Order: sequence, then C-alpha cells, then structure tokens
Amino acid sequence: MFRRTIPTILAFVVGVFMIVQFFVPHPVLQTLYNMVLDWKQVVFGCVLIVGTLTLVRHHAVRIRFRKQGYGYSVIALVSLFAMVLAGAVWGIEKGPYPWLFDYVQIPGQATMFSLLGFFIATAAYRSFRARNVTATLLLLSGVIVMLGRVPAGEHIAVAGVSLSDLATWILDYPNNAAKRGILIGVGLGMTSTALKIIIGIERSYLGKGD
Amino acid sequence: MSDSDLPYHSPNDTAPIIPCRGSGTSSSLRRISHGPAAFMHHLFRETSAFVWTGHGSAPTFLASVSITRVPEDRNGMMYSIVPLLVAAFLSSAEAEVRMTAVDTPNDGGGSITLRWIPLVQTEYAESVSVLGLYRRDGLGGERIGLAELALGDSAFIDEDVVNRQRYVYEIEAEFPSSTAILGTAEGTAATQWFRTDRSAVFVAVVVFTGLLLWFTYHARSGRRMFIRRIAGLEAVEEAVGRATEMGKPIMYIPGISSMDDVATIASIQILAQVAKKAGEYGTRLMVPNRDPIVMAVAQEIVKESYNQIGRPDLYNHDDIYYVTYSQFGYAAAVSGIMLRERPATNFLLGMFYAESLILSETGNTTGAIQIAGTDSDAQLPFFITSCDYTLIGEELYAASVYLSREPMLLGSLKAQDYAKALLLALTAIGVVLSIAGIPQFARAFH
Repeated sequence: MFRRTIPTILAFVVGVFMIVQFFVPHPVLQTLYNMVLDWKQVVFGCVLIVGTLTLVRHHAVRIRFRKQGYGYSVIALVSLFAMVLAGAVWGIEKGPYPWLFDYVQIPGQATMFSLLGFFIATAAYRSFRARNVTATLLLLSGVIVMLGRVPAGEHIAVAGVSLSDLATWILDYPNNAAKRGILIGVGLGMTSTALKIIIGIERSYLGKGD
Repeated sequence: MSDSDLPYHSPNDTAPIIPCRGSGTSSSLRRISHGPAAFMHHLFRETSAFVWTGHGSAPTFLASVSITRVPEDRNGMMYSIVPLLVAAFLSSAEAEVRMTAVDTPNDGGGSITLRWIPLVQTEYAESVSVLGLYRRDGLGGERIGLAELALGDSAFIDEDVVNRQRYVYEIEAEFPSSTAILGTAEGTAATQWFRTDRSAVFVAVVVFTGLLLWFTYHARSGRRMFIRRIAGLEAVEEAVGRATEMGKPIMYIPGISSMDDVATIASIQILAQVAKKAGEYGTRLMVPNRDPIVMAVAQEIVKESYNQIGRPDLYNHDDIYYVTYSQFGYAAAVSGIMLRERPATNFLLGMFYAESLILSETGNTTGAIQIAGTDSDAQLPFFITSCDYTLIGEELYAASVYLSREPMLLGSLKAQDYAKALLLALTAIGVVLSIAGIPQFARAFH
C-alpha cells in the first residue's frame, strides 16, 4: 500500500490539481501552486545534501582503491572542500570564494563551452559529405545558410536571389515546417506521458515495471 | 506612487467628477483649472466646472455643463454658462482622450486594465508637457497618483485594487498655461474562474484524454496493435550485448534537466528497461547525474529493476551518483569519465542543451555505440551527427512503451497517432479556410 497505492493517489491528486490550476486563475489555486513550488525548493535542498554525500563517497571509494584516474578524484574533493571552507570562513561576497569562482570556475566553464566550436567543426565535416542525394541537399542547405548568415552573403546572388534571402527562406519554411512537425509530436508525447502517470496507467517510476 | 510624488497637481483634487458623456466605463471630460478659463471659473465661485469638448451638438454641450453645477446655486447657473463657454474656447487645453477601464481578463482578480488612444496620435501632442494617471476609490474618494505617462502610452494595468470595488481613473495633462483632465473611466476588478484564452488547450486536453482512455480500454481487451519499428530502440539490446561482449560498462545520461521535465521522466522510464537488460547480461551500468532529485529517482529505479530480474547483488550505489549542478562542469566531468572508463555504450536520453555535442562527440571519439534521444529540436541535429541512433522527439516518449510492450501502454501510442491525425486535419482545414479568406477558424486556436 505505501509503495503503490498511496503514491498513485498522490500522483493523481497532484496531477489533477496542476491541470486545474492551469485553467483556473483563482488566487487560492495560485497560492497552492506557489506553495508546491516552494516545497520543491525544500526537497531540492534536502536532496542536494544527499547528492553531495554520494559525490564524496564516489570519489572517496575511487581514491581508497586507487582506481584509474583517482588523482582527478583527489582534485575534485579538494576543490569541493576548498570552496565550502572559503565560503564558510570568509563568506561568498569577498575573500577567496569569489576569487575562485571568478578566476577558476568561470574560465573552466568558458573553456568547455569554447570546445563546442571545435566539436561543431568535426561534426560538420562528417555530416557534410555528399554521399547521396539527401546528404547533398543537406550540404547545399548548410552552405547556403552559413553563407547567408554572414555579411558577405548579402552580396552573393544565385539566379537573382541573394544568399541571405535564400537562407531566410530555408529557415522560415522547410526548416520551420520540420521543426513544427517534431514539436507537435513532442507535445503529444509529453501530454500522453503526463496523463498516463496521472491516470495511473504508467507506474514504472514506482518500480512496478512490466 | 502617491499624489505628492507627481510633479503636477490640480487645485481641485477633491472636487467630485461627474461624467458628461457616455456611460459605464468610458467618458471624455475636461476640467479647467488654470489660465483664462480658471479665472472665469473662480470669478463666479464655482467649486468645480467640467466642460465637454467632444464633437457633439450645442444642446448636448449645454446639458453637460448644466449637470456639473451645484444644484443649490441655481441663480449662478444661468450666468455661469456663458463664461464657461468662453473659457472652453480660450483655454489652451483642447485635448480629449477616450479611455476605458475593464477588469483584466483571465486573472485571479485585483487588476484593472486601462486603455486609451495615445496622445501622441492627436493634434494636441506637442502642447502637453506632463501627463499623469490618477485613481479615486469610487466617486468622491481619495485621489492618488498612479503613474507619470508618456505621450505614446496607451495602456496601464493597475494591479493594486480590491475586487468588486469601483474605481475612477483620470488622465490629467499639464499644458503650458493650464491643467486639464483629458479622460476618465470607471472600472471594477473581479476574479475569473476559467482562463478563456486557454479554451483551445482545454478542448485539446479533453479530446486527447478521451482518446487515451478509449484506446487503453481497447488495449486491455486484448486487441492487437501495430507499432512501427523504431531503429534506435531495436538497437538497445544490441548495444547492451556489445558492452557485455567487450567487458566494458554502459553509461546512461538522463539529460541535465530536473524531474519537472517530462523528457526526464521519459528517460527514467527508459532507464528502468535498460537497467533490466544490463542486469540480465551482468553488465555494469553507470549513471552520472546533474540533478540530485533525478539521481535519487535513478537510484531507486535501477535498484528496483535489478530486484525484478532477481539480481539485487548487481546494484552498486556508487555507480549512480551526483556530479555537479554546473552545466559545463557536468559536461567536463562526464567527458572525462568517458575517456577514462571507455564505456562501450552510451545512452544520452532526456533533455539536453549546449553540452549535447560535447558529450556525444566525446563518446564518438571513444568508439562507443551511442543511442541518443531528446525532444529539444535545437539539439537533435547534433545527436544525429554524432550518434549511431537518435530518437527524435516523440520517439523518446514512446521508448519505454516500445521496450516494455505492455498492452495498456500501447493504447497511449495509438491515441497519440490519432490525435496527430486530428491535428493535421485541423491544420489543413485552417490553411484552406485562411486562403479562402476565412481566418476565424485558425484564430480560434490562438
């Protein structure tokens, strides 16, 4: 009962409430909705502690058994505790915490983001090979859109139409049509998944399985 | 903002306002308080005078002036009409604003929406120096300043009102030699019980729920349903088997979103099926998480899946762990794990953002077989480029049903297909009618 029935009833009640509050703007429902969002923050705060403990345990085990690349685990744990210590002792507004954040964490994240440019280049190299008709179409579309999005594209014309206009047409019509087709399917899939959980047809998240 | 906060004040702030024209929520008024008109006004000891400056007939004008007079001052009324007429034409304030105040639609009450024709569109735009919006709590109530308006403003939402109480709004303009009220309107706020702007969504939800229940009922009765083959899901068995043969682990990435996201819920449902297959082969399954709530759910799902196939011993708590909440920190950590652990199979299923290509390209360089799936249309091209199989959009949501083959759940897929056919038909009708010059059908769905 505690593992199946009560969670299913809870899912149904909360699910129906969420649907109702979407259509009814009454302040009472909106207050309850905001309360649910607050509860989520509380739950998140509690689970974050659990998550951090699993992180520490995961790396501690790696270090203890000298697993491959355990040195990275040492760095991860030292970094974790250094940030906690810096924030607890000097606060997060001044001292080493903002320094570490501004000059270590943010550049690290920016570096990872910058790698995306190189990955796009390698991915494009693989994709834009004219192996068959559809791949050739993809290659041509890609070239037109890329050239059409840069200033030079406005000065290059094909059959009297500038690449810039051609790129806009490709993005607005064939590309948009495909995207909307995908989005309609996604919307129905999301609604279907949500309704299955609310109605109680789908209970795999309770561990029921097949 | 209080009345005193505004740089302009009328000397007759407490004077009662009587609409001269129109009824309900809209009227056009002008009150003379400075200049020649004010001089004449004070000369004849009027407490307040309102002159209608619309384009109506002279009798209407006289009537409007008459009703603004103090009843007991009947003797003064006759001789005050003439000077007021003079004042009206002498005053530099010749503007008027049509103004409406209506309850803000589709809200929980406590809000009134004001609309007026922007003064910048009138011939008086250049002569107005300051424009202010005021409110009175009912007729004769306290007057408070709400906002200083720009000439181009045409709407204001007053969200500081009490339901079922009547409010009078005034737009007051300061001219070089006078101050005048250009427009007034009355409005009342109320709570709505249904958002009419979401009527189309409501109908869609009702119809789709009906279809879902109908096909689920038929699925329970044992009716066989055809489901088209999805290559990415057919490959799950092969991908798990490959990892087993190579003696390497499987990495499952449930996206970087939280449990709020339906894509994450769909991913967790697929994780249950993948965990069972991995458990059957005795292959290690790693699940690095960006969200701690997703991590907690993933731990339970994997544990339960191993229990169901009778292999609870395979469950390793440390293999389903939290990494970091930082998006690119997570991408860096998972890329590092891919390079060190060299998993034979990577599942990237759920909601992804800019890190999608970093993860899938790293996996690609390690030679892992990769099955990806997301409902983010912006990330799909990256996955299609870098992964062996990609579940596009709705296939992600169909995956758990496809893998489990549970009859009751198969009904939901059928309902989705019929709903899609219905939407396509409605779209086609909307396109045809719009081309034929009947756009009302398409607008009904906005």
